[in-house]
Amino acid sequence: MSNAQSLIDLIPRLRRYARALVGDRAAADDLVQDTLERAWSKLHLYQSGTDLRAWLFTVMHNVHVNRVRAARPTESLDDEMPELAQRATQGDALVVRDLERGIAALPVAQREVLLLVALEDLSYDETARALGIPIGTVMSRLSRAREKLRILMNGKGGGKLQVVK
Amino acid sequence: MSEMSAISEAELQAWADGRLDEGRRVALEAWFAAHPEEAERAAAYRGFSEQLRIRFDPVLEEPVPLRLQLAARRGARLRTLGVAAGWVALGIAVGTVAGWQLHALQAPASAAKAEAPVIARRAALAHATYSPEVRHPVEVGADQEQHLVAWLSKRLGGEVRAPKLDAEGMALVGGRLLPQDPGPVAQFMYQNAQGRRVTLYVRTEGLDHRETAFRYAREGNVRVFYWIDRKFGYALSSGDMEREELLKLANVVYRQLNP
Repeated sequence: MSNAQSLIDLIPRLRRYARALVGDRAAADDLVQDTLERAWSKLHLYQSGTDLRAWLFTVMHNVHVNRVRAARPTESLDDEMPELAQRATQGDALVVRDLERGIAALPVAQREVLLLVALEDLSYDETARALGIPIGTVMSRLSRAREKLRILMNGKGGGKLQVVK
Repeated sequence: MSEMSAISEAELQAWADGRLDEGRRVALEAWFAAHPEEAERAAAYRGFSEQLRIRFDPVLEEPVPLRLQLAARRGARLRTLGVAAGWVALGIAVGTVAGWQLHALQAPASAAKAEAPVIARRAALAHATYSPEVRHPVEVGADQEQHLVAWLSKRLGGEVRAPKLDAEGMALVGGRLLPQDPGPVAQFMYQNAQGRRVTLYVRTEGLDHRETAFRYAREGNVRVFYWIDRKFGYALSSGDMEREELLKLANVVYRQLNP
Protein backbone atom coordinates (compact mmCIF):
# COMPACT_ATOMS: atom_id res chain seq x y z
CA MET A 1 0.00 0.00 0.00
CA SER A 2 1.34 3.41 -0.85
CA ASN A 3 2.28 5.92 1.80
CA ALA A 4 -0.42 8.26 0.58
CA GLN A 5 -3.08 5.63 1.00
CA SER A 6 -1.78 4.67 4.43
CA LEU A 7 -1.98 8.30 5.46
CA ILE A 8 -5.48 8.68 4.08
CA ASP A 9 -6.63 5.60 5.93
CA LEU A 10 -5.30 7.04 9.17
CA ILE A 11 -6.91 10.47 8.84
CA PRO A 12 -10.06 9.54 10.82
CA ARG A 13 -7.94 8.34 13.72
CA LEU A 14 -5.79 11.46 13.63
CA ARG A 15 -8.91 13.62 13.54
CA ARG A 16 -10.42 11.87 16.55
CA TYR A 17 -7.29 12.40 18.60
CA ALA A 18 -6.85 15.99 17.45
CA ARG A 19 -10.48 16.83 18.22
CA ALA A 20 -10.09 15.58 21.77
CA LEU A 21 -6.73 17.31 22.11
CA VAL A 22 -7.67 20.80 20.93
CA GLY A 23 -11.46 20.72 21.17
CA ASP A 24 -12.43 22.98 18.31
CA ARG A 25 -13.22 21.18 15.05
CA ALA A 26 -11.54 23.58 12.64
CA ALA A 27 -8.47 23.95 14.84
CA ALA A 28 -8.26 20.16 15.14
CA ASP A 29 -8.39 19.74 11.36
CA ASP A 30 -5.72 22.43 11.02
CA LEU A 31 -3.57 20.37 13.33
CA VAL A 32 -4.20 17.23 11.28
CA GLN A 33 -3.37 19.06 8.08
CA ASP A 34 -0.11 20.43 9.49
CA THR A 35 0.69 16.95 10.76
CA LEU A 36 0.15 15.37 7.34
CA GLU A 37 2.26 18.01 5.66
CA ARG A 38 5.03 17.65 8.18
CA ALA A 39 4.81 13.87 7.90
CA TRP A 40 5.57 14.13 4.18
CA SER A 41 8.54 16.37 4.76
CA LYS A 42 9.86 14.07 7.50
CA LEU A 43 8.99 10.79 5.84
CA HIS A 44 12.66 9.85 5.57
CA LEU A 45 12.68 9.67 9.38
CA TYR A 46 9.93 7.09 9.44
CA GLN A 47 11.21 3.53 9.67
CA SER A 48 9.08 1.46 7.37
CA GLY A 49 7.66 -1.60 9.02
CA THR A 50 7.09 0.24 12.30
CA ASP A 51 3.70 1.52 13.33
CA LEU A 52 2.92 4.46 11.06
CA ARG A 53 0.09 5.59 13.29
CA ALA A 54 2.30 5.83 16.37
CA TRP A 55 4.83 7.77 14.34
CA LEU A 56 2.14 10.18 13.18
CA PHE A 57 1.15 10.80 16.79
CA THR A 58 4.79 11.74 17.40
CA VAL A 59 4.66 14.16 14.48
CA MET A 60 1.38 15.59 15.72
CA HIS A 61 2.77 15.96 19.22
CA ASN A 62 5.70 17.98 17.88
CA VAL A 63 3.48 20.14 15.71
CA HIS A 64 1.08 20.76 18.57
CA VAL A 65 3.74 21.58 21.14
CA ASN A 66 5.33 24.05 18.73
CA ARG A 67 1.99 25.72 18.14
CA VAL A 68 1.17 25.98 21.84
CA ARG A 69 4.61 27.41 22.53
CA ALA A 70 4.23 29.90 19.73
CA ALA A 71 0.79 30.97 20.92
CA ARG A 72 1.63 31.17 24.61
CA PRO A 73 5.38 31.53 24.91
CA THR A 74 5.41 32.20 28.64
CA GLU A 75 3.36 29.21 29.58
CA SER A 76 5.02 26.07 30.77
CA LEU A 77 4.01 22.87 29.07
CA ASP A 78 5.12 20.90 32.04
CA ASP A 79 2.96 18.77 34.22
CA GLU A 80 2.67 21.54 36.72
CA MET A 81 1.19 24.08 34.38
CA PRO A 82 -0.77 25.93 37.01
CA GLU A 83 -3.73 27.20 35.02
CA LEU A 84 -6.41 25.65 37.17
CA ALA A 85 -4.75 26.06 40.52
CA GLN A 86 -4.39 29.77 39.87
CA ARG A 87 -8.00 30.15 38.98
CA ALA A 88 -9.04 28.27 42.07
CA THR A 89 -6.96 30.38 44.40
CA GLN A 90 -8.28 33.47 42.72
CA GLY A 91 -11.62 32.32 43.98
CA ASP A 92 -13.23 31.87 40.61
CA ALA A 93 -16.00 29.38 40.42
CA LEU A 94 -14.73 26.91 37.96
CA VAL A 95 -17.50 25.46 35.93
CA VAL A 96 -16.82 22.06 34.58
CA ARG A 97 -19.65 21.48 32.22
CA ASP A 98 -18.69 18.09 31.03
CA LEU A 99 -15.89 15.74 30.26
CA GLU A 100 -14.75 17.86 27.35
CA ARG A 101 -14.21 20.83 29.55
CA GLY A 102 -12.42 18.68 32.07
CA ILE A 103 -10.08 17.38 29.39
CA ALA A 104 -9.40 20.87 28.15
CA ALA A 105 -8.51 21.94 31.67
CA LEU A 106 -5.72 19.39 31.94
CA PRO A 107 -2.13 20.40 31.24
CA VAL A 108 -1.26 19.52 27.64
CA ALA A 109 1.31 16.93 28.69
CA GLN A 110 -1.21 15.05 30.81
CA ARG A 111 -3.97 15.41 28.27
CA GLU A 112 -1.82 13.85 25.54
CA VAL A 113 -1.00 10.81 27.67
CA LEU A 114 -4.59 10.30 28.76
CA LEU A 115 -5.93 10.55 25.22
CA LEU A 116 -3.32 8.32 23.63
CA VAL A 117 -3.95 5.62 26.23
CA ALA A 118 -7.66 5.89 26.93
CA LEU A 119 -9.00 7.09 23.58
CA GLU A 120 -6.46 5.88 21.03
CA ASP A 121 -5.69 2.66 22.90
CA LEU A 122 -1.93 2.92 22.51
CA SER A 123 0.00 0.70 24.91
CA TYR A 124 1.93 2.46 27.67
CA ASP A 125 5.10 1.59 25.82
CA GLU A 126 3.83 3.00 22.51
CA THR A 127 2.67 6.13 24.29
CA ALA A 128 6.12 6.56 25.83
CA ARG A 129 7.76 6.23 22.43
CA ALA A 130 5.25 8.48 20.67
CA LEU A 131 5.84 11.28 23.16
CA GLY A 132 9.54 10.61 23.71
CA ILE A 133 9.21 10.17 27.47
CA PRO A 134 10.03 7.31 29.86
CA ILE A 135 7.26 4.85 30.60
CA GLY A 136 7.36 5.85 34.28
CA THR A 137 6.44 9.37 33.20
CA VAL A 138 3.56 7.97 31.16
CA MET A 139 2.19 6.22 34.23
CA SER A 140 2.57 9.22 36.51
CA ARG A 141 1.00 11.62 34.01
CA LEU A 142 -1.83 9.19 33.40
CA SER A 143 -2.44 8.92 37.11
CA ARG A 144 -2.37 12.67 37.65
CA ALA A 145 -4.55 13.37 34.63
CA ARG A 146 -7.23 10.99 35.81
CA GLU A 147 -7.17 12.15 39.37
CA LYS A 148 -7.39 15.78 38.30
CA LEU A 149 -10.30 14.95 36.05
CA ARG A 150 -12.01 13.11 38.87
CA ILE A 151 -11.67 16.08 41.17
CA LEU A 152 -12.86 18.44 38.46
CA MET A 153 -15.86 16.30 37.85
CA ASN A 154 -16.54 15.80 41.52
CA GLY A 155 -15.62 12.17 41.52
CA LYS A 156 -18.53 11.14 39.40
CA GLY A 157 -17.01 11.16 36.00
CA GLY A 158 -20.40 12.17 34.73
CA GLY A 159 -21.49 14.64 32.11
CA LYS A 160 -23.55 16.80 34.40
CA LEU A 161 -23.10 20.45 35.09
CA GLN A 162 -21.04 20.83 38.19
CA VAL A 163 -19.47 23.69 40.01
CA VAL A 164 -16.13 23.18 41.65
CA LYS A 165 -14.92 25.89 43.96
CA MET B 1 -1.26 -3.67 55.05
CA SER B 2 0.84 -6.11 53.12
CA GLU B 3 -1.61 -6.66 50.24
CA MET B 4 -1.98 -2.92 49.78
CA SER B 5 1.73 -2.42 49.34
CA ALA B 6 1.58 -5.08 46.64
CA ILE B 7 -0.91 -3.02 44.65
CA SER B 8 0.79 -0.20 42.79
CA GLU B 9 -0.79 2.93 41.37
CA ALA B 10 0.37 1.79 37.93
CA GLU B 11 -1.58 -1.41 38.37
CA LEU B 12 -4.66 0.50 39.31
CA GLN B 13 -4.30 2.51 36.10
CA ALA B 14 -3.76 -0.68 34.13
CA TRP B 15 -6.93 -2.11 35.68
CA ALA B 16 -8.85 0.96 34.53
CA ASP B 17 -7.47 0.37 31.03
CA GLY B 18 -8.32 -3.33 31.12
CA ARG B 19 -4.66 -4.20 30.66
CA LEU B 20 -3.94 -6.39 33.66
CA ASP B 21 -3.40 -10.08 33.18
CA GLU B 22 -6.02 -12.32 34.68
CA GLY B 23 -4.10 -13.16 37.86
CA ARG B 24 -3.43 -9.56 38.82
CA ARG B 25 -6.92 -8.47 37.86
CA VAL B 26 -8.45 -10.99 40.26
CA ALA B 27 -6.01 -9.97 43.00
CA LEU B 28 -6.77 -6.30 42.47
CA GLU B 29 -10.50 -6.79 42.49
CA ALA B 30 -10.23 -8.77 45.72
CA TRP B 31 -8.29 -5.86 47.16
CA PHE B 32 -10.95 -3.44 45.91
CA ALA B 33 -13.54 -5.30 47.96
CA ALA B 34 -11.70 -4.22 51.09
CA HIS B 35 -10.94 -0.72 49.78
CA PRO B 36 -14.14 0.81 48.46
CA GLU B 37 -12.72 4.32 47.96
CA GLU B 38 -9.96 2.98 45.76
CA ALA B 39 -12.47 0.83 43.93
CA GLU B 40 -14.62 3.87 43.29
CA ARG B 41 -11.65 5.86 42.08
CA ALA B 42 -10.58 3.14 39.66
CA ALA B 43 -14.14 2.75 38.40
CA ALA B 44 -14.33 6.50 37.77
CA TYR B 45 -11.11 6.30 35.74
CA ARG B 46 -12.51 3.48 33.68
CA GLY B 47 -15.70 5.48 33.19
CA PHE B 48 -13.73 8.41 31.76
CA SER B 49 -12.31 6.18 29.05
CA GLU B 50 -15.77 5.00 28.06
CA GLN B 51 -17.06 8.55 27.97
CA LEU B 52 -14.11 9.66 25.89
CA ARG B 53 -14.91 7.05 23.29
CA ILE B 54 -18.62 7.81 23.35
CA ARG B 55 -17.85 11.47 22.82
CA PHE B 56 -15.09 11.20 20.20
CA ASP B 57 -15.62 7.95 18.32
CA PRO B 58 -18.26 9.59 16.11
CA VAL B 59 -15.42 11.69 14.64
CA LEU B 60 -14.27 8.48 12.92
CA GLU B 61 -17.49 8.38 10.93
CA GLU B 62 -17.36 11.99 9.75
CA PRO B 63 -16.50 12.49 6.09
CA VAL B 64 -12.86 13.47 5.74
CA PRO B 65 -12.53 17.06 4.52
CA LEU B 66 -11.10 17.41 1.05
CA ARG B 67 -8.22 19.55 2.25
CA LEU B 68 -7.03 16.71 4.49
CA GLN B 69 -7.29 14.14 1.72
CA LEU B 70 -5.22 16.42 -0.46
CA ALA B 71 -2.68 17.00 2.31
CA ALA B 72 -2.29 13.24 2.68
CA ARG B 73 -1.68 12.88 -1.06
CA ARG B 74 0.38 15.94 -1.70
CA GLY B 75 3.75 14.42 -0.92
CA ALA B 76 2.95 11.41 -3.08
CA ARG B 77 2.19 13.70 -5.98
CA LEU B 78 5.38 15.64 -5.47
CA ARG B 79 7.33 12.44 -5.52
CA THR B 80 5.47 11.04 -8.48
CA LEU B 81 5.76 14.08 -10.65
CA GLY B 82 9.18 15.02 -9.45
CA VAL B 83 9.11 18.45 -11.01
CA ALA B 84 7.60 21.70 -9.91
CA ALA B 85 5.84 22.08 -13.23
CA GLY B 86 3.96 18.89 -12.58
CA TRP B 87 2.90 20.19 -9.21
CA VAL B 88 1.59 23.37 -10.76
CA ALA B 89 -0.35 21.34 -13.30
CA LEU B 90 -1.80 19.22 -10.54
CA GLY B 91 -2.69 22.32 -8.58
CA ILE B 92 -4.64 23.56 -11.56
CA ALA B 93 -6.35 20.20 -11.96
CA VAL B 94 -7.22 20.07 -8.28
CA GLY B 95 -8.43 23.64 -8.40
CA THR B 96 -10.60 22.77 -11.34
CA VAL B 97 -12.08 19.79 -9.58
CA ALA B 98 -12.69 21.85 -6.48
CA GLY B 99 -14.32 24.50 -8.62
CA TRP B 100 -16.60 21.99 -10.21
CA GLN B 101 -17.49 20.58 -6.85
CA LEU B 102 -18.38 24.01 -5.66
CA HIS B 103 -20.39 24.49 -8.78
CA ALA B 104 -22.12 21.15 -8.27
CA LEU B 105 -22.87 22.00 -4.68
CA GLN B 106 -24.33 25.32 -5.66
CA ALA B 107 -26.36 23.89 -8.50
CA PRO B 108 -30.04 23.68 -7.67
CA ALA B 109 -31.26 20.25 -6.67
CA SER B 110 -33.81 20.30 -9.45
CA ALA B 111 -31.07 20.24 -12.05
CA ALA B 112 -31.16 16.50 -12.56
CA LYS B 113 -30.11 17.03 -16.15
CA ALA B 114 -27.10 19.04 -15.11
CA GLU B 115 -26.10 16.37 -12.65
CA ALA B 116 -25.29 13.71 -15.18
CA PRO B 117 -22.69 15.66 -17.14
CA VAL B 118 -20.85 16.33 -13.89
CA ILE B 119 -19.92 12.69 -13.58
CA ALA B 120 -18.83 12.67 -17.22
CA ARG B 121 -16.69 15.75 -16.77
CA ARG B 122 -15.10 14.51 -13.60
CA ALA B 123 -14.46 11.11 -15.11
CA ALA B 124 -12.91 12.72 -18.19
CA LEU B 125 -10.69 14.90 -16.03
CA ALA B 126 -9.58 11.90 -13.97
CA HIS B 127 -8.93 9.99 -17.16
CA ALA B 128 -6.91 12.82 -18.66
CA THR B 129 -4.93 13.19 -15.44
CA TYR B 130 -3.95 9.59 -14.86
CA SER B 131 -4.08 7.68 -18.12
CA PRO B 132 -0.90 9.34 -19.51
CA GLU B 133 1.04 8.36 -16.39
CA VAL B 134 3.88 6.05 -17.29
CA ARG B 135 5.27 5.08 -13.93
CA HIS B 136 2.34 5.61 -11.59
CA PRO B 137 -0.90 5.19 -13.50
CA VAL B 138 -2.58 3.51 -10.51
CA GLU B 139 -2.27 3.44 -6.77
CA VAL B 140 -2.78 -0.30 -6.39
CA GLY B 141 -1.80 -2.62 -9.22
CA ALA B 142 -3.76 -5.49 -10.73
CA ASP B 143 -1.36 -7.90 -9.02
CA GLN B 144 -3.22 -6.98 -5.84
CA GLU B 145 -6.66 -6.99 -7.41
CA GLN B 146 -8.38 -8.61 -4.44
CA HIS B 147 -6.99 -6.03 -2.08
CA LEU B 148 -7.79 -3.24 -4.52
CA VAL B 149 -11.43 -4.23 -4.83
CA ALA B 150 -11.84 -4.78 -1.09
CA TRP B 151 -10.27 -1.43 -0.33
CA LEU B 152 -12.33 0.53 -2.84
CA SER B 153 -15.50 -1.25 -1.70
CA LYS B 154 -14.75 -0.27 1.86
CA ARG B 155 -14.10 3.34 0.96
CA LEU B 156 -17.12 3.69 -1.29
CA GLY B 157 -19.35 1.92 1.19
CA GLY B 158 -20.65 -0.74 -1.19
CA GLU B 159 -19.49 -3.72 -3.18
CA VAL B 160 -17.39 -2.39 -6.05
CA ARG B 161 -16.22 -4.77 -8.77
CA ALA B 162 -13.57 -4.52 -11.42
CA PRO B 163 -15.03 -5.97 -14.61
CA LYS B 164 -12.90 -8.44 -16.55
CA LEU B 165 -12.25 -7.10 -20.03
CA ASP B 166 -9.59 -9.58 -21.11
CA ALA B 167 -11.89 -10.96 -23.80
CA GLU B 168 -11.96 -7.44 -25.28
CA GLY B 169 -8.17 -7.31 -25.19
CA MET B 170 -8.11 -4.95 -22.20
CA ALA B 171 -6.15 -5.99 -19.12
CA LEU B 172 -6.67 -4.45 -15.71
CA VAL B 173 -3.77 -2.18 -14.77
CA GLY B 174 -5.12 -1.39 -11.31
CA GLY B 175 -7.03 1.37 -9.64
CA ARG B 176 -7.04 4.30 -7.33
CA LEU B 177 -9.20 6.27 -4.97
CA LEU B 178 -9.90 9.89 -5.85
CA PRO B 179 -10.93 12.58 -3.39
CA GLN B 180 -14.36 13.84 -4.20
CA ASP B 181 -17.27 15.46 -2.52
CA PRO B 182 -19.41 14.11 -0.88
CA GLY B 183 -17.42 10.87 -0.84
CA PRO B 184 -14.42 9.33 -2.52
CA VAL B 185 -14.70 7.77 -5.96
CA ALA B 186 -12.87 4.85 -7.52
CA GLN B 187 -11.06 4.65 -10.83
CA PHE B 188 -10.09 1.40 -12.53
CA MET B 189 -7.66 1.50 -15.41
CA TYR B 190 -7.38 -0.98 -18.29
CA GLN B 191 -4.86 -1.20 -21.07
CA ASN B 192 -4.62 -3.16 -24.30
CA ALA B 193 -1.57 -4.61 -26.03
CA GLN B 194 -1.02 -1.36 -27.92
CA GLY B 195 -0.95 0.62 -24.69
CA ARG B 196 -4.35 2.24 -25.23
CA ARG B 197 -6.10 2.89 -21.96
CA VAL B 198 -9.66 3.16 -20.75
CA THR B 199 -10.73 4.10 -17.24
CA LEU B 200 -13.86 3.17 -15.37
CA TYR B 201 -14.95 5.79 -12.87
CA VAL B 202 -17.25 4.59 -10.10
CA ARG B 203 -19.02 6.78 -7.61
CA THR B 204 -21.67 6.19 -4.99
CA GLU B 205 -25.09 7.52 -5.90
CA GLY B 206 -27.88 8.59 -3.60
CA LEU B 207 -30.30 6.12 -2.19
CA ASP B 208 -33.02 6.67 -4.74
CA HIS B 209 -32.06 3.60 -6.77
CA ARG B 210 -32.27 5.31 -10.09
CA GLU B 211 -31.24 3.71 -13.31
CA THR B 212 -30.40 5.48 -16.50
CA ALA B 213 -29.60 4.44 -20.02
CA PHE B 214 -26.14 4.93 -21.46
CA ARG B 215 -25.35 8.51 -22.17
CA TYR B 216 -22.50 9.88 -24.14
CA ALA B 217 -20.36 12.94 -23.62
CA ARG B 218 -17.18 14.30 -25.04
CA GLU B 219 -14.79 16.45 -23.06
CA GLY B 220 -11.92 17.62 -25.19
CA ASN B 221 -10.30 14.48 -26.55
CA VAL B 222 -11.92 12.21 -24.00
CA ARG B 223 -15.05 10.26 -24.90
CA VAL B 224 -17.23 9.10 -22.05
CA PHE B 225 -20.16 6.74 -21.73
CA TYR B 226 -21.87 7.07 -18.40
CA TRP B 227 -24.82 5.55 -16.63
CA ILE B 228 -26.32 5.12 -13.19
CA ASP B 229 -27.24 1.73 -11.90
CA ARG B 230 -28.83 1.65 -8.45
CA LYS B 231 -26.11 2.32 -5.92
CA PHE B 232 -23.37 3.46 -8.26
CA GLY B 233 -22.77 5.86 -11.09
CA TYR B 234 -20.31 4.69 -13.74
CA ALA B 235 -18.37 6.45 -16.45
CA LEU B 236 -16.15 4.72 -18.96
CA SER B 237 -13.61 7.03 -20.56
CA SER B 238 -11.16 6.76 -23.39
CA GLY B 239 -8.92 9.22 -25.12
CA ASP B 240 -8.23 7.23 -28.26
CA MET B 241 -11.15 4.93 -28.85
CA GLU B 242 -13.93 5.63 -31.32
CA ARG B 243 -17.41 6.07 -30.00
CA GLU B 244 -18.74 2.74 -31.28
CA GLU B 245 -15.81 0.83 -29.90
CA LEU B 246 -16.21 2.48 -26.51
CA LEU B 247 -19.94 1.80 -26.49
CA LYS B 248 -19.29 -1.87 -27.12
CA LEU B 249 -16.93 -1.92 -24.18
CA ALA B 250 -19.45 -0.06 -22.00
CA ASN B 251 -22.01 -2.75 -22.81
CA VAL B 252 -19.61 -5.45 -21.72
CA VAL B 253 -18.93 -3.59 -18.48
CA TYR B 254 -22.63 -3.07 -17.86
CA ARG B 255 -23.47 -6.74 -18.43
CA GLN B 256 -20.69 -7.88 -16.14
CA LEU B 257 -21.80 -5.61 -13.36
CA ASN B 258 -25.42 -6.78 -13.79
CA PRO B 259 -25.19 -10.51 -14.40
